[in-house]
Amino acid sequence: MTARMDRKFADVASEGRPVLVTYFMGGDPDFETSVSIMKALPKAGADVIELGMPFSDPMADGPAIQLAGQRSLKAGQTLAKTIEIARRFREEDQRTPIVLMGYYNPIYIYGVDRFLTDALDAGIDGLIVVDLPPEMDDELCIPALEKGINFIRLATPTTDDRRLPKVLENTSGFVYYVSMNGITGSALPDPSLIAGAVERIKTHTKLPVCVGFGVKTAEHARAIGASADGVVVGTAIVNQIASSLTEEGKATDATVPGVEALVRGLSAGVRSARLAAAE
Amino acid sequence: MNEAPKLNSFRAGPDEDGRFGIFGGRFVAETLMPLILDLQAEWDKAKNDPAFKAELDNLGAHYIGRPSPLYFAERLTEELGGAKIYFKREELNHTGSHKINNCIGQILLAKRMGKTRIIAETGAGQHGVASATVAARFGLPCVVYMGATDVERQAPNVFRMKLLGAEVKPVTAGNGTLKDAMNEALRDWVTNVDNTYYLIGTAAGPHPYPEMVRDFQAVIGQEAKAQMLEAEGRLPDLVIAAVGGGSNAIGIFHSFLDDEGVKIVGVEAGGKGLDGDEHCASITAGSPGVLHGNRTYLLQDGDGQIKEGHSISAGLDYPGIGPEHSWLNDVGRVEYVPIMDHEALEAFQMLTRLEGIIPALEPSHALAEVIKRAPTMGKDEIILMNLSGRGDKDIFTVGKILGMGL
Repeated sequence: MTARMDRKFADVASEGRPVLVTYFMGGDPDFETSVSIMKALPKAGADVIELGMPFSDPMADGPAIQLAGQRSLKAGQTLAKTIEIARRFREEDQRTPIVLMGYYNPIYIYGVDRFLTDALDAGIDGLIVVDLPPEMDDELCIPALEKGINFIRLATPTTDDRRLPKVLENTSGFVYYVSMNGITGSALPDPSLIAGAVERIKTHTKLPVCVGFGVKTAEHARAIGASADGVVVGTAIVNQIASSLTEEGKATDATVPGVEALVRGLSAGVRSARLAAAE
Repeated sequence: MNEAPKLNSFRAGPDEDGRFGIFGGRFVAETLMPLILDLQAEWDKAKNDPAFKAELDNLGAHYIGRPSPLYFAERLTEELGGAKIYFKREELNHTGSHKINNCIGQILLAKRMGKTRIIAETGAGQHGVASATVAARFGLPCVVYMGATDVERQAPNVFRMKLLGAEVKPVTAGNGTLKDAMNEALRDWVTNVDNTYYLIGTAAGPHPYPEMVRDFQAVIGQEAKAQMLEAEGRLPDLVIAAVGGGSNAIGIFHSFLDDEGVKIVGVEAGGKGLDGDEHCASITAGSPGVLHGNRTYLLQDGDGQIKEGHSISAGLDYPGIGPEHSWLNDVGRVEYVPIMDHEALEAFQMLTRLEGIIPALEPSHALAEVIKRAPTMGKDEIILMNLSGRGDKDIFTVGKILGMGL
């Protein structure tokens, strides 16, 4: 699988801290601002970047990410342009893994082969496609693995021990544990429950386990990072971007610095996570 | 529940993965996958359980009012001067449309599964009313998601749902129509997995819904076939139904799919015409894609973003169609054609005046196609149309367009 992802997880593990995975929506609020946001993320302490592909009908997302997708599409974003954001980022950063995250239909319409070729060429390392469970692996997962792109699967509280092996079978890169039954941006459940779930998944796989959905603050990142190999923050970043925009939804001078400040705080949270666990 | 299909049958689908050819499937988030597999297991048990069938039949006869009549529309036939026109009178069912057939079946399944809360999406409100009705009958709380635009244009049905004890949640995302309501229902389901049953109203969504909804609606065609044989001693030459998601259509089509002499036509909402975006003709003007758990024909742009459809009829206002219809189109067994808003409106008025039946705007689309075809057919030929719902809910929409004060 892609060396960049494995190397990053190994490097961060050797620092004795969890990985900080940051999500933002490609093209929100516009293409150029998106490129600037993406370039700012690693400098502020993000280890892995999830680049959102906007979709008109994001069935697993809460209002914040729905609205981000609408802003992005309204500004003329397409899947081709989202891949282009990654390409622009990759010109100056060869170390930070990029994971494209979204829904299947835009990829299906783009054409699976063409998509995988273009994604690989742009330096993309992995895919998270919410509406492709293991039962649908022939659609995209298997072709992606054959091309050398990670296919990162979501495991959820409804994924019981009987089903877990099926979910993990063709997963690579890392496992994304969804902290609750619900949509993105919901309230975070009790971290001790999450720690138990992470332990359960780790008995089935050697892959790193990252936890997302509901992680909003540095304190959350610290608490979750005490047990998980990584924490994923999405809605908090998307909300930070939204709060910086003009009434018409245009970027301001505060947009990129606002994201930087938030991610620096989250980064401090993950960097103190294992200290917290040792206390 | 249905008679066994023949070899090389058009009635054999879906396969065990829920596919009709390339269409169908299970494109859902992992959180929902275990629920869908549970539902499938329960459905597989129920459909072979004589006690389940007996309960369904009993409620069908005494609660819904089945069998619905087969009616020879004598004056309409005379007026059009061609084929004999028969209606399958699903609009006479309890709650006023075919939707109740599916709702009764699914709520019995929900009870078997021990679910204690029902959610549903609705466009025109007919499925919302039918869901609220069965939830009241079985004593379960019910939340109905309905696009804010539809809440406004289908006010009488919103009121009915509230009277029946359901909570109606207006959805403002997107254009506030059926697809947005379905997104929101899926978000609810993914959040309340333990106790909630999602009662999908049409023959679409992830497997097993397309098959299950079809089987609950197939009673329409089974009855119509027997009734036609009794009335005419033979099968019809043409079967016609309106198609939004396609549950009333697949319900009447399914029994006739393997009858070679029977031509079958599905009527899509052509809206204001197929040239622009103001229509809902997924098959005639769309392309295959993946939405709401299945691959099927969709209205979408070149980037795979789903478009909002338009139709005078809120029940046809969905940018997709059930996967079995997509397959029946591609294999050439069923022909799908569009009917424009104004044609449906004219048909609505014609039936009202000639037969004293006020049809819903959805089957008015099928009726407009009947009006086109009947005069071109011989007087010894027979058309069977599914009159899937009554038009009480639409009188305000129609009154407004015709400039009649209410």
